[in-house]
Amino acid sequence: MAELSCHASMMTTSKDAPPREDLAKGLWRQNPVLVHLLGLCPTLAVTNSVANSVVMGVATFFVLVGSSFLVSTVRRWIPNEIRIASYILIIATFVTVAEFGLQALVPDIYKALGPFVALIVVNCIILGRQEAFAGRNPVGRSVLDAVGMGAGFMLALLIMGSVREVLGSGTFLSVSLFGPRYEPWVIFVLPPGGFFTLAFVLLAVAWHKQRQTARARARATDEAVLVERVA
Amino acid sequence: MTDGAATGVAAQTPEPLPEPAAVRPSSLLVTLGAGGAVAGVLLVIAFGLTLPRIEANRAHALHLAVNEVLKAPARYDTLYVVGGALTKTPPPGVDPKKLEQVYLGFGPDGRAVGFAVGAAEPGFQDTIRLIFGYDPRNRKLLGMKVLESKETPGLGDKIEKDRAFVSQFDGAQPPLAGVKGKRAKPTDVAMITGATISSRTVIRTINNALGRLGPLLEAYRTEN
Repeated sequence: MAELSCHASMMTTSKDAPPREDLAKGLWRQNPVLVHLLGLCPTLAVTNSVANSVVMGVATFFVLVGSSFLVSTVRRWIPNEIRIASYILIIATFVTVAEFGLQALVPDIYKALGPFVALIVVNCIILGRQEAFAGRNPVGRSVLDAVGMGAGFMLALLIMGSVREVLGSGTFLSVSLFGPRYEPWVIFVLPPGGFFTLAFVLLAVAWHKQRQTARARARATDEAVLVERVA
Repeated sequence: MTDGAATGVAAQTPEPLPEPAAVRPSSLLVTLGAGGAVAGVLLVIAFGLTLPRIEANRAHALHLAVNEVLKAPARYDTLYVVGGALTKTPPPGVDPKKLEQVYLGFGPDGRAVGFAVGAAEPGFQDTIRLIFGYDPRNRKLLGMKVLESKETPGLGDKIEKDRAFVSQFDGAQPPLAGVKGKRAKPTDVAMITGATISSRTVIRTINNALGRLGPLLEAYRTEN
């Protein structure tokens, strides 16, 4: 069971975790992009505008939740030997359905996303969740886990897309923010801007976490000192 | 795996490996086969449900593209390529959607301004579908628009996003020749640095389409 152990070991929770935890962990504490650095290809490639980020996020969310539901439902019937092939079949089916749906509903954004919709098949968040969670947990928990992880992915894409569109085009959802005299910082909508933005977002997340840990430690020491004095 | 580690006891005493269950090869085949069949049915259903919308979207995009490459004509006619000639009415018994189509645009005075011709050829990643406007009287292009491409984002996709590249086709004289650096003649098209294959595909697509359809377009004009 050590295949994809990078995902499995990092991203499983113990069996007695409350359902709330299944849902919440993906949003922030185990955010697939901001913490585990998975799914970076779409995170860097299609976040040059908020609209693209949202549509990519929704499509991935749909595929992740659908696949987790199905994989978890049929997990007892899938022989271990062909589970990867079966997972990929299920994921690819959902991706193709998502592709048809986007083509029908938002053709312009579908065109802007280019090859990256089809590439959801190989998004390692999705296969990772099937291996690490849906393939060995009941349906309810698997869906909650997928919803949390999918929402976490959307959140990360939304942060990236907002920063890049506001700085790189001076707009938010194509609405001009700073008026015609703003000179857009074009590099942020180009590929290097994706790397810069991701670096700064990760820096901010790491800094926030460090401060949290430091605060928790300080509180613990304070309490210890207090207990000593009282004693 | 995680449960053992969580309790901390199993870490020292490794669990005995579970006996590998006997798996019949036929069951693997049946599982994957059944999965594939179910997936196929689902895909066909999704395809059927979305196809009308997708086709309507494509028709709308085509309408906008024809208007763009013919510089907003007052109206345009759809012509069908049948048996080496252009005709306004498709032959009976033939699905007009399956025939190659070109679009003849008319100015506000009712005079023909030129044809919009769609064409496709394999590019760097996938087929590049484009449409271009052509004025056979002056043997000049009127414009070019890429309808569909999956070229490398940031490089190859400049064939549709780089205005300097796209605007060159406005007034260019076919047969086109791709050049590196600045264009000197009206037949030249300056290729995009880093997207040579994509640029060349666009040029080749137009040249090939005109090589094939050019005589037809000219013949149709002189008749009318």
